[in-house]
Amino acid sequence: MTNDSFTDQPGAAPDDGSRRSFMKQAGGILGLALTPPFVSQAERLTALSRKVQGVSEMRLKVNGTVRVINAEPRVTLLDALREYLDLTGSKKGCDLGQCGACTVLVDGRRINSCLTLAVMNQGREITTIEGLAKGDDLHPMQAAFVKHDGFQCGYCTPGQILSGVACVNEGHATSDAQTREWMSGNLCRCGAYPNIVAAVREVQQKGGGKA
Amino acid sequence: MNNFAYQQVGKAKDATAILREDKQAAFIAGGTTLLDLMKTNIEQHSQLVDINLLPFKGIEQTSDGLRIGALERMSDVGENRLVLEQYPAISESLLLAASPQLRNMASIGGNLLQRTRCGYFRDVAFPCNKREPGSGCPAQKGDNRNLAILGVSDSCIANSNPGDLAVALVALDAVLTLENAKGKQRRVPLTNFYLLPGNTPHKETVLEPGELIVAVTVPTAAHARRSMYLKVRERTSYAYALASAAVGLDVQGGQIRSARVALGGVGAQPWRSLEAEKILTGAPATEATFRAAAAAALQGAQPREHNGYKVELAKNTLVRALFDLTAKV
Repeated sequence: MTNDSFTDQPGAAPDDGSRRSFMKQAGGILGLALTPPFVSQAERLTALSRKVQGVSEMRLKVNGTVRVINAEPRVTLLDALREYLDLTGSKKGCDLGQCGACTVLVDGRRINSCLTLAVMNQGREITTIEGLAKGDDLHPMQAAFVKHDGFQCGYCTPGQILSGVACVNEGHATSDAQTREWMSGNLCRCGAYPNIVAAVREVQQKGGGKA
Repeated sequence: MNNFAYQQVGKAKDATAILREDKQAAFIAGGTTLLDLMKTNIEQHSQLVDINLLPFKGIEQTSDGLRIGALERMSDVGENRLVLEQYPAISESLLLAASPQLRNMASIGGNLLQRTRCGYFRDVAFPCNKREPGSGCPAQKGDNRNLAILGVSDSCIANSNPGDLAVALVALDAVLTLENAKGKQRRVPLTNFYLLPGNTPHKETVLEPGELIVAVTVPTAAHARRSMYLKVRERTSYAYALASAAVGLDVQGGQIRSARVALGGVGAQPWRSLEAEKILTGAPATEATFRAAAAAALQGAQPREHNGYKVELAKNTLVRALFDLTAKV
Protein backbone atom coordinates (compact mmCIF):
# COMPACT_ATOMS: atom_id res chain seq x y z
CA MET A 1 0.00 0.00 0.00
CA THR A 2 1.30 3.42 -0.82
CA ASN A 3 1.98 6.20 1.61
CA ASP A 4 -0.81 8.36 0.31
CA SER A 5 -3.17 6.34 2.50
CA PHE A 6 -1.73 8.14 5.47
CA THR A 7 -1.55 11.61 6.80
CA ASP A 8 -0.07 12.94 9.99
CA GLN A 9 -2.70 15.66 10.13
CA PRO A 10 -5.84 14.13 11.62
CA GLY A 11 -7.59 17.47 11.66
CA ALA A 12 -7.19 17.84 7.92
CA ALA A 13 -9.19 14.71 7.08
CA PRO A 14 -11.91 15.52 4.58
CA ASP A 15 -15.50 14.91 5.65
CA ASP A 16 -16.07 12.55 2.77
CA GLY A 17 -18.42 9.68 2.12
CA SER A 18 -16.00 6.95 3.02
CA ARG A 19 -15.57 8.27 6.51
CA ARG A 20 -19.31 8.48 6.96
CA SER A 21 -19.78 4.92 5.84
CA PHE A 22 -17.13 3.81 8.32
CA MET A 23 -18.87 5.72 11.10
CA LYS A 24 -22.19 4.14 10.17
CA GLN A 25 -20.69 0.66 10.34
CA ALA A 26 -18.95 1.38 13.60
CA GLY A 27 -22.14 2.89 14.97
CA GLY A 28 -24.15 -0.15 13.97
CA ILE A 29 -21.98 -2.37 16.06
CA LEU A 30 -21.18 -0.12 18.94
CA GLY A 31 -24.10 2.38 18.82
CA LEU A 32 -25.03 2.93 22.43
CA ALA A 33 -21.52 2.48 23.72
CA LEU A 34 -20.27 5.51 21.82
CA THR A 35 -18.80 8.16 24.02
CA PRO A 36 -17.18 11.40 22.89
CA PRO A 37 -13.58 10.20 23.36
CA PHE A 38 -14.34 7.07 21.37
CA VAL A 39 -15.81 9.06 18.51
CA SER A 40 -12.73 11.21 18.21
CA GLN A 41 -10.58 8.09 18.34
CA ALA A 42 -12.52 6.52 15.48
CA GLU A 43 -12.29 9.72 13.47
CA ARG A 44 -8.58 9.87 13.99
CA LEU A 45 -8.16 6.28 12.89
CA THR A 46 -10.04 6.80 9.65
CA ALA A 47 -7.94 9.83 8.96
CA LEU A 48 -4.73 7.90 9.46
CA SER A 49 -5.41 4.73 7.57
CA ARG A 50 -7.76 3.36 5.00
CA LYS A 51 -9.73 0.32 5.98
CA VAL A 52 -10.20 -2.16 3.16
CA GLN A 53 -13.45 -4.04 3.47
CA GLY A 54 -15.25 -6.23 0.96
CA VAL A 55 -14.38 -6.27 -2.73
CA SER A 56 -11.83 -3.52 -3.26
CA GLU A 57 -9.54 -2.35 -5.99
CA MET A 58 -5.96 -3.51 -5.71
CA ARG A 59 -2.96 -2.83 -7.92
CA LEU A 60 -0.40 -5.56 -8.29
CA LYS A 61 2.80 -5.18 -10.26
CA VAL A 62 3.36 -8.62 -11.74
CA ASN A 63 6.23 -9.40 -14.10
CA GLY A 64 6.76 -5.70 -14.72
CA THR A 65 3.15 -4.77 -15.49
CA VAL A 66 0.70 -3.11 -13.09
CA ARG A 67 -2.55 -5.07 -13.07
CA VAL A 68 -5.76 -3.99 -11.36
CA ILE A 69 -8.02 -6.48 -9.64
CA ASN A 70 -11.15 -6.20 -7.54
CA ALA A 71 -10.93 -8.63 -4.67
CA GLU A 72 -11.64 -9.08 -0.98
CA PRO A 73 -8.81 -8.54 1.52
CA ARG A 74 -8.83 -12.27 2.30
CA VAL A 75 -7.65 -13.17 -1.19
CA THR A 76 -4.11 -14.53 -0.99
CA LEU A 77 -1.46 -13.44 -3.45
CA LEU A 78 -1.55 -16.96 -4.90
CA ASP A 79 -5.30 -16.81 -5.53
CA ALA A 80 -4.98 -13.32 -6.97
CA LEU A 81 -2.39 -14.58 -9.45
CA ARG A 82 -4.28 -17.72 -10.41
CA GLU A 83 -7.95 -16.76 -10.17
CA TYR A 84 -7.92 -13.03 -10.91
CA LEU A 85 -4.95 -12.62 -13.27
CA ASP A 86 -5.02 -16.02 -15.00
CA LEU A 87 -1.38 -16.58 -14.15
CA THR A 88 -1.80 -20.25 -13.36
CA GLY A 89 1.89 -21.10 -13.46
CA SER A 90 2.14 -20.63 -9.70
CA LYS A 91 0.64 -23.79 -8.24
CA LYS A 92 -1.53 -24.44 -5.23
CA GLY A 93 -0.27 -27.53 -3.46
CA CYS A 94 -0.87 -27.55 0.29
CA ASP A 95 -2.03 -23.91 0.54
CA LEU A 96 -0.42 -23.85 4.01
CA GLY A 97 3.19 -22.94 3.30
CA GLN A 98 4.48 -26.49 3.54
CA CYS A 99 5.16 -27.52 -0.08
CA GLY A 100 6.60 -24.51 -1.92
CA ALA A 101 4.60 -25.03 -5.13
CA CYS A 102 3.33 -21.44 -4.84
CA THR A 103 6.81 -19.88 -4.59
CA VAL A 104 7.15 -16.48 -6.28
CA LEU A 105 9.65 -13.65 -5.95
CA VAL A 106 8.54 -10.44 -4.24
CA ASP A 107 11.07 -7.63 -4.53
CA GLY A 108 13.54 -10.34 -5.51
CA ARG A 109 12.96 -12.50 -2.41
CA ARG A 110 11.34 -15.91 -2.65
CA ILE A 111 8.16 -16.32 -0.61
CA ASN A 112 5.16 -18.63 -0.35
CA SER A 113 2.41 -16.73 -2.13
CA CYS A 114 -0.27 -18.80 -0.36
CA LEU A 115 0.62 -17.26 3.03
CA THR A 116 0.44 -13.60 2.13
CA LEU A 117 -2.52 -11.43 1.16
CA ALA A 118 -2.74 -9.77 -2.24
CA VAL A 119 -3.67 -6.50 -0.54
CA MET A 120 -0.36 -6.54 1.36
CA ASN A 121 1.71 -6.89 -1.81
CA GLN A 122 0.65 -3.75 -3.61
CA GLY A 123 3.56 -1.58 -4.66
CA ARG A 124 5.93 -4.55 -4.76
CA GLU A 125 7.62 -6.22 -7.71
CA ILE A 126 6.12 -9.69 -8.08
CA THR A 127 7.82 -12.20 -10.37
CA THR A 128 6.09 -15.44 -11.32
CA ILE A 129 7.20 -18.30 -13.57
CA GLU A 130 5.46 -16.52 -16.47
CA GLY A 131 7.87 -13.60 -16.07
CA LEU A 132 11.15 -15.49 -16.29
CA ALA A 133 11.55 -16.21 -20.00
CA LYS A 134 12.39 -13.43 -22.44
CA GLY A 135 10.04 -14.21 -25.27
CA ASP A 136 11.05 -17.61 -26.61
CA ASP A 137 14.36 -17.54 -24.73
CA LEU A 138 14.10 -19.59 -21.60
CA HIS A 139 15.64 -18.30 -18.40
CA PRO A 140 18.88 -20.23 -17.68
CA MET A 141 17.17 -21.98 -14.76
CA GLN A 142 14.30 -23.11 -16.98
CA ALA A 143 16.76 -24.36 -19.60
CA ALA A 144 18.75 -26.21 -16.93
CA PHE A 145 15.60 -27.93 -15.62
CA VAL A 146 14.83 -29.11 -19.17
CA LYS A 147 18.41 -30.25 -19.74
CA HIS A 148 18.67 -32.16 -16.44
CA ASP A 149 15.11 -33.47 -16.47
CA GLY A 150 14.40 -31.72 -13.17
CA PHE A 151 10.79 -32.88 -12.99
CA GLN A 152 8.39 -35.68 -13.69
CA CYS A 153 4.77 -34.57 -13.29
CA GLY A 154 5.76 -30.90 -13.32
CA TYR A 155 3.42 -29.64 -10.63
CA CYS A 156 6.14 -28.44 -8.27
CA THR A 157 8.36 -27.19 -11.12
CA PRO A 158 7.40 -23.49 -11.29
CA GLY A 159 8.03 -23.18 -7.56
CA GLN A 160 11.26 -25.17 -7.82
CA ILE A 161 12.53 -22.96 -10.63
CA LEU A 162 11.77 -19.68 -8.84
CA SER A 163 13.24 -21.03 -5.63
CA GLY A 164 16.29 -22.15 -7.60
CA VAL A 165 16.71 -18.68 -9.11
CA ALA A 166 16.57 -17.13 -5.64
CA CYS A 167 18.84 -19.80 -4.17
CA VAL A 168 21.57 -18.98 -6.69
CA ASN A 169 21.13 -15.22 -6.27
CA GLU A 170 21.33 -15.55 -2.48
CA GLY A 171 24.63 -17.41 -2.79
CA HIS A 172 23.18 -20.56 -1.27
CA ALA A 173 23.94 -22.95 -4.14
CA THR A 174 27.73 -23.20 -3.81
CA SER A 175 27.73 -26.95 -3.06
CA ASP A 176 25.32 -29.85 -3.54
CA ALA A 177 24.75 -30.11 0.22
CA GLN A 178 24.07 -26.40 0.58
CA THR A 179 21.73 -26.49 -2.41
CA ARG A 180 19.74 -29.36 -0.92
CA GLU A 181 19.39 -27.52 2.39
CA TRP A 182 18.36 -24.22 0.82
CA MET A 183 15.95 -25.87 -1.63
CA SER A 184 14.25 -27.83 1.17
CA GLY A 185 11.19 -25.57 1.13
CA ASN A 186 10.16 -27.07 -2.21
CA LEU A 187 8.82 -30.61 -2.10
CA CYS A 188 8.79 -32.90 -5.14
CA ARG A 189 6.63 -35.98 -4.66
CA CYS A 190 7.96 -37.51 -7.89
CA GLY A 191 11.40 -37.43 -6.29
CA ALA A 192 13.27 -35.53 -8.99
CA TYR A 193 15.58 -34.06 -6.34
CA PRO A 194 18.95 -35.24 -7.77
CA ASN A 195 18.10 -33.68 -11.15
CA ILE A 196 16.81 -30.49 -9.53
CA VAL A 197 20.05 -30.13 -7.58
CA ALA A 198 22.03 -30.73 -10.80
CA ALA A 199 20.06 -28.00 -12.60
CA VAL A 200 20.46 -25.44 -9.82
CA ARG A 201 24.16 -26.21 -9.44
CA GLU A 202 24.79 -25.83 -13.16
CA VAL A 203 23.20 -22.39 -13.21
CA GLN A 204 25.23 -21.40 -10.16
CA GLN A 205 28.46 -22.58 -11.76
CA LYS A 206 27.71 -20.68 -14.95
CA GLY A 207 26.95 -17.59 -12.87
CA GLY A 208 23.54 -16.91 -14.36
CA GLY A 209 20.66 -16.69 -11.91
CA LYS A 210 19.12 -13.25 -12.25
CA ALA A 211 15.35 -13.14 -12.59
CA MET B 1 -10.72 -18.08 5.65
CA ASN B 2 -13.59 -16.07 7.09
CA ASN B 3 -14.05 -12.67 5.53
CA PHE B 4 -12.27 -9.83 7.27
CA ALA B 5 -11.33 -6.20 6.89
CA TYR B 6 -7.74 -5.07 6.45
CA GLN B 7 -5.92 -1.91 7.25
CA GLN B 8 -2.35 -0.84 7.36
CA VAL B 9 -1.25 1.55 10.08
CA GLY B 10 1.77 3.78 10.39
CA LYS B 11 1.91 4.19 14.14
CA ALA B 12 1.97 1.70 16.98
CA LYS B 13 -0.70 3.55 18.96
CA ASP B 14 -3.09 3.29 16.01
CA ALA B 15 -2.48 -0.43 15.75
CA THR B 16 -3.04 -1.05 19.45
CA ALA B 17 -6.09 1.27 19.47
CA ILE B 18 -7.82 -0.82 16.82
CA LEU B 19 -7.30 -4.00 18.82
CA ARG B 20 -8.55 -2.28 21.96
CA GLU B 21 -11.82 -1.41 20.21
CA ASP B 22 -12.18 -4.64 18.28
CA LYS B 23 -11.43 -7.71 20.36
CA GLN B 24 -11.61 -9.95 17.28
CA ALA B 25 -8.97 -8.03 15.36
CA ALA B 26 -5.39 -9.26 15.02
CA PHE B 27 -2.04 -7.85 13.96
CA ILE B 28 -0.42 -9.21 10.83
CA ALA B 29 3.28 -8.95 9.96
CA GLY B 30 4.66 -11.85 7.89
CA GLY B 31 1.35 -13.68 8.01
CA THR B 32 2.88 -17.15 7.84
CA THR B 33 1.47 -18.29 11.17
CA LEU B 34 -1.69 -16.21 11.23
CA LEU B 35 -3.00 -17.07 7.76
CA ASP B 36 -2.19 -20.73 8.35
CA LEU B 37 -4.29 -20.67 11.53
CA MET B 38 -7.10 -18.81 9.79
CA LYS B 39 -7.17 -21.13 6.78
CA THR B 40 -7.51 -24.10 9.10
CA ASN B 41 -10.30 -22.35 11.04
CA ILE B 42 -8.35 -22.46 14.29
CA GLU B 43 -8.56 -18.67 14.45
CA GLN B 44 -11.11 -16.24 13.01
CA HIS B 45 -10.56 -12.51 13.00
CA SER B 46 -12.79 -9.57 12.13
CA GLN B 47 -9.94 -7.49 10.78
CA LEU B 48 -6.22 -7.70 10.25
CA VAL B 49 -4.07 -4.74 11.15
CA ASP B 50 -0.94 -4.68 9.01
CA ILE B 51 1.91 -3.49 11.23
CA ASN B 52 4.71 -3.77 8.68
CA LEU B 53 5.16 0.01 8.47
CA LEU B 54 5.85 0.36 12.19
CA PRO B 55 9.44 1.31 12.98
CA PHE B 56 10.25 -1.93 14.82
CA LYS B 57 13.32 -2.58 12.71
CA GLY B 58 17.08 -2.83 13.09
CA ILE B 59 19.66 -5.36 14.21
CA GLU B 60 22.23 -3.56 16.28
CA GLN B 61 24.62 -3.74 19.19
CA THR B 62 23.45 -1.43 21.99
CA SER B 63 24.73 -0.85 25.53
CA ASP B 64 22.14 -3.46 26.64
CA GLY B 65 23.34 -6.01 24.10
CA LEU B 66 21.99 -7.16 20.76
CA ARG B 67 18.72 -5.44 19.88
CA ILE B 68 16.51 -6.95 17.19
CA GLY B 69 13.43 -5.09 15.97
CA ALA B 70 10.33 -7.30 16.14
CA LEU B 71 9.58 -6.73 12.45
CA GLU B 72 12.94 -7.94 11.20
CA ARG B 73 12.60 -11.10 9.12
CA MET B 74 14.05 -14.45 10.23
CA SER B 75 16.34 -14.69 7.19
CA ASP B 76 17.81 -11.22 7.72
CA VAL B 77 18.52 -11.84 11.40
CA GLY B 78 19.85 -15.35 10.82
CA GLU B 79 22.39 -14.15 8.26
CA ASN B 80 23.28 -10.90 10.01
CA ARG B 81 27.02 -10.69 10.61
CA LEU B 82 26.74 -9.41 14.19
CA VAL B 83 24.32 -12.21 15.11
CA LEU B 84 26.44 -14.85 13.34
CA GLU B 85 29.63 -13.81 15.09
CA GLN B 86 28.50 -12.77 18.55
CA TYR B 87 25.28 -14.79 19.09
CA PRO B 88 25.72 -17.93 16.96
CA ALA B 89 22.98 -19.93 18.74
CA ILE B 90 20.43 -17.33 17.59
CA SER B 91 21.62 -17.44 14.00
CA GLU B 92 21.64 -21.24 13.96
CA SER B 93 18.18 -21.51 15.51
CA LEU B 94 16.81 -19.24 12.78
CA LEU B 95 18.55 -20.87 9.82
CA LEU B 96 17.58 -24.39 10.94
CA ALA B 97 13.92 -23.35 11.17
CA ALA B 98 11.18 -23.51 8.54
CA SER B 99 12.17 -23.00 4.87
CA PRO B 100 13.98 -20.17 3.07
CA GLN B 101 10.64 -18.85 1.76
CA LEU B 102 9.04 -18.78 5.21
CA ARG B 103 12.16 -17.24 6.76
CA ASN B 104 11.98 -14.44 4.18
CA MET B 105 8.42 -13.71 5.31
CA ALA B 106 8.18 -14.43 9.03
CA SER B 107 8.91 -11.67 11.53
CA ILE B 108 10.80 -12.16 14.79
CA GLY B 109 7.78 -11.06 16.84
CA GLY B 110 5.48 -13.42 14.98
CA ASN B 111 7.94 -16.27 15.32
CA LEU B 112 7.81 -15.90 19.10
CA LEU B 113 4.00 -16.04 18.95
CA GLN B 114 3.62 -19.09 16.71
CA ARG B 115 1.28 -21.72 18.09
CA THR B 116 1.58 -25.42 18.74
CA ARG B 117 1.73 -28.04 16.01
CA CYS B 118 -0.15 -30.54 18.20
CA GLY B 119 -2.39 -32.43 15.78
CA TYR B 120 -5.40 -32.19 18.08
CA PHE B 121 -5.07 -28.42 18.37
CA ARG B 122 -4.77 -28.13 14.61
CA ASP B 123 -7.80 -30.28 13.79
CA VAL B 124 -11.01 -28.54 14.80
CA ALA B 125 -12.86 -31.88 14.70
CA PHE B 126 -11.17 -32.77 18.01
CA PRO B 127 -11.63 -31.28 21.46
CA CYS B 128 -8.66 -29.23 22.69
CA ASN B 129 -8.33 -27.31 25.95
CA LYS B 130 -6.01 -24.83 24.29
CA ARG B 131 -8.44 -24.09 21.47
CA GLU B 132 -11.70 -24.53 23.40
CA PRO B 133 -11.08 -24.25 27.15
CA GLY B 134 -12.66 -27.12 29.07
CA SER B 135 -13.31 -29.33 26.04
CA GLY B 136 -10.65 -31.91 26.92
CA CYS B 137 -7.24 -33.15 25.79
CA PRO B 138 -7.28 -36.25 23.60
CA ALA B 139 -3.49 -36.05 23.35
CA GLN B 140 -3.06 -37.36 26.90
CA LYS B 141 -3.94 -40.90 25.81
CA GLY B 142 -3.73 -40.35 22.07
CA ASP B 143 -1.03 -39.74 19.49
CA ASN B 144 1.44 -37.93 21.71
CA ARG B 145 4.76 -39.04 20.28
CA ASN B 146 5.74 -35.52 19.19
CA LEU B 147 4.44 -33.75 22.29
CA ALA B 148 6.05 -32.34 25.40
CA ILE B 149 7.40 -34.07 28.51
CA LEU B 150 8.43 -31.12 30.67
CA GLY B 151 6.07 -28.59 32.25
CA VAL B 152 3.02 -30.46 30.97
CA SER B 153 -0.31 -30.81 32.77
CA ASP B 154 -3.37 -33.02 32.64
CA SER B 155 -5.00 -30.25 30.59
CA CYS B 156 -2.35 -29.99 27.88
CA ILE B 157 0.87 -31.65 26.76
CA ALA B 158 1.49 -29.54 23.65
CA ASN B 159 4.79 -27.87 22.78
CA SER B 160 3.06 -24.55 22.96
CA ASN B 161 5.75 -22.68 21.02
CA PRO B 162 7.30 -25.33 18.77
CA GLY B 163 9.87 -22.99 17.18
CA ASP B 164 13.63 -22.84 17.49
CA LEU B 165 14.36 -19.14 17.99
CA ALA B 166 12.62 -18.96 21.37
CA VAL B 167 14.81 -21.79 22.67
CA ALA B 168 18.00 -19.91 21.81
CA LEU B 169 16.57 -16.68 23.20
CA VAL B 170 15.47 -18.11 26.57
CA ALA B 171 18.92 -19.66 26.93
CA LEU B 172 20.64 -16.32 26.35
CA ASP B 173 18.49 -14.25 28.76
CA ALA B 174 16.60 -12.35 26.06
CA VAL B 175 14.25 -9.58 27.16
CA LEU B 176 11.21 -8.47 25.18
CA THR B 177 10.12 -4.85 24.89
CA LEU B 178 6.32 -4.69 24.72
CA GLU B 179 4.05 -1.75 24.01
CA ASN B 180 0.43 -1.59 25.09
CA ALA B 181 -2.59 0.32 23.84
CA LYS B 182 -1.75 3.31 26.05
CA GLY B 183 1.64 3.63 24.40
CA LYS B 184 3.38 2.42 27.54
CA GLN B 185 6.35 0.13 27.12
CA ARG B 186 7.45 -2.62 29.49
CA ARG B 187 10.28 -5.13 29.45
CA VAL B 188 9.65 -8.81 30.10
CA PRO B 189 12.32 -11.53 30.21
CA LEU B 190 11.41 -14.20 27.66
CA THR B 191 11.60 -16.81 30.44
CA ASN B 192 8.66 -15.01 32.09
CA PHE B 193 6.82 -14.32 28.83
CA TYR B 194 5.57 -17.85 28.18
CA LEU B 195 3.06 -19.44 30.55
CA LEU B 196 2.92 -23.11 31.46
CA PRO B 197 -0.39 -24.80 30.63
CA GLY B 198 -1.62 -25.71 34.13
CA ASN B 199 -5.41 -25.58 33.99
CA THR B 200 -5.40 -22.71 31.49
CA PRO B 201 -3.51 -23.88 28.38
CA HIS B 202 -5.33 -21.28 26.27
CA LYS B 203 -3.29 -18.61 28.07
CA GLU B 204 0.08 -18.93 26.35
CA THR B 205 1.89 -15.68 27.11
CA VAL B 206 1.67 -12.65 29.37
CA LEU B 207 0.93 -10.45 26.34
CA GLU B 208 -2.10 -8.27 27.04
CA PRO B 209 -4.82 -7.90 24.40
CA GLY B 210 -3.59 -5.40 21.82
CA GLU B 211 -0.05 -5.38 23.15
CA LEU B 212 2.77 -5.42 20.58
CA ILE B 213 6.24 -6.91 20.66
CA VAL B 214 8.58 -4.03 19.80
CA ALA B 215 12.01 -5.61 20.10
CA VAL B 216 14.12 -8.41 21.55
CA THR B 217 17.28 -7.59 23.47
CA VAL B 218 19.97 -10.18 24.22
CA PRO B 219 22.75 -9.33 26.71
CA THR B 220 26.31 -9.52 25.45
CA ALA B 221 28.21 -12.30 27.23
CA ALA B 222 31.05 -14.75 26.78
CA HIS B 223 28.54 -17.62 26.87
CA ALA B 224 26.56 -15.91 24.08
CA ARG B 225 29.64 -15.62 21.87
CA ARG B 226 30.38 -19.29 22.43
CA SER B 227 26.91 -20.70 21.89
CA MET B 228 25.21 -23.10 19.53
CA TYR B 229 21.88 -24.62 18.64
CA LEU B 230 21.55 -28.34 17.93
CA LYS B 231 18.32 -29.57 16.39
CA VAL B 232 17.28 -33.23 16.09
CA ARG B 233 14.43 -34.07 13.74
CA GLU B 234 13.04 -36.85 11.62
CA ARG B 235 14.42 -35.50 8.36
CA THR B 236 17.49 -33.42 7.67
CA SER B 237 15.69 -30.20 6.96
CA TYR B 238 12.39 -28.33 7.11
CA ALA B 239 10.87 -30.05 10.15
CA TYR B 240 10.11 -29.16 13.73
CA ALA B 241 12.47 -30.41 16.42
CA LEU B 242 11.84 -33.68 18.20
CA ALA B 243 14.44 -32.37 20.60
CA SER B 244 16.85 -29.46 20.45
CA ALA B 245 19.35 -27.76 22.69
CA ALA B 246 20.60 -24.19 22.84
CA VAL B 247 23.78 -24.02 24.88
CA GLY B 248 26.25 -21.30 25.74
CA LEU B 249 29.48 -21.83 27.69
CA ASP B 250 32.32 -19.73 28.97
CA VAL B 251 35.14 -22.25 29.45
CA GLN B 252 38.57 -21.23 30.66
CA GLY B 253 41.36 -23.70 31.42
CA GLY B 254 38.93 -26.60 31.13
CA GLN B 255 36.62 -25.16 33.80
CA ILE B 256 33.13 -23.88 32.99
CA ARG B 257 32.79 -20.31 34.28
CA SER B 258 29.24 -19.74 33.12
CA ALA B 259 26.68 -21.85 31.29
CA ARG B 260 23.32 -21.35 29.60
CA VAL B 261 21.06 -24.26 28.67
CA ALA B 262 17.62 -24.45 27.08
CA LEU B 263 15.79 -27.33 25.46
CA GLY B 264 13.31 -27.33 22.59
CA GLY B 265 10.80 -29.92 21.43
CA VAL B 266 10.38 -31.34 24.92
CA GLY B 267 8.91 -28.53 27.00
CA ALA B 268 5.37 -27.23 27.21
CA GLN B 269 7.21 -23.98 26.59
CA PRO B 270 10.79 -23.26 25.46
CA TRP B 271 12.61 -24.89 28.37
CA ARG B 272 15.39 -23.09 30.22
CA SER B 273 17.18 -25.48 32.55
CA LEU B 274 18.68 -23.70 35.55
CA GLU B 275 19.24 -27.18 37.04
CA ALA B 276 21.63 -28.11 34.23
CA GLU B 277 23.36 -24.73 34.41
CA LYS B 278 23.93 -25.15 38.15
CA ILE B 279 25.74 -28.44 37.58
CA LEU B 280 27.81 -27.08 34.71
CA THR B 281 28.91 -23.86 36.38
CA GLY B 282 32.29 -24.25 38.09
CA ALA B 283 32.66 -27.87 36.94
CA PRO B 284 35.25 -29.30 34.54
CA ALA B 285 34.09 -29.47 30.91
CA THR B 286 33.98 -33.27 30.77
CA GLU B 287 31.55 -35.92 29.63
CA ALA B 288 30.69 -36.78 33.23
CA THR B 289 29.69 -33.16 33.87
CA PHE B 290 27.65 -33.00 30.66
CA ARG B 291 25.82 -36.24 31.48
CA ALA B 292 25.04 -35.04 35.00
CA ALA B 293 23.70 -31.78 33.61
CA ALA B 294 21.52 -33.62 31.10
CA ALA B 295 20.13 -35.89 33.82
CA ALA B 296 19.28 -32.85 35.92
CA ALA B 297 17.58 -31.12 32.99
CA LEU B 298 15.25 -34.07 32.38
CA GLN B 299 14.64 -35.00 35.99
CA GLY B 300 11.09 -33.67 36.06
CA ALA B 301 10.06 -35.30 32.76
CA GLN B 302 6.51 -36.66 32.62
CA PRO B 303 6.32 -38.70 29.42
CA ARG B 304 3.08 -40.21 28.18
CA GLU B 305 2.66 -43.51 26.34
CA HIS B 306 4.39 -42.65 23.06
CA ASN B 307 6.91 -39.93 23.90
CA GLY B 308 9.09 -41.64 26.51
CA TYR B 309 11.89 -41.79 23.93
CA LYS B 310 12.22 -38.01 24.25
CA VAL B 311 13.77 -38.31 27.72
CA GLU B 312 16.83 -40.11 26.38
CA LEU B 313 16.81 -38.17 23.11
CA ALA B 314 16.83 -34.81 24.89
CA LYS B 315 19.62 -35.90 27.24
CA ASN B 316 21.77 -37.08 24.34
CA THR B 317 20.99 -33.94 22.36
CA LEU B 318 22.15 -31.77 25.24
CA VAL B 319 25.31 -33.82 25.85
CA ARG B 320 26.21 -33.71 22.16
CA ALA B 321 25.62 -29.97 21.99
CA LEU B 322 27.92 -29.44 24.98
CA PHE B 323 30.55 -31.67 23.38
CA ASP B 324 30.32 -29.91 20.02
CA LEU B 325 30.54 -26.53 21.68
CA THR B 326 33.60 -27.35 23.78
CA ALA B 327 35.27 -28.92 20.73
CA LYS B 328 35.04 -25.51 19.02
CA VAL B 329 37.98 -23.26 19.74
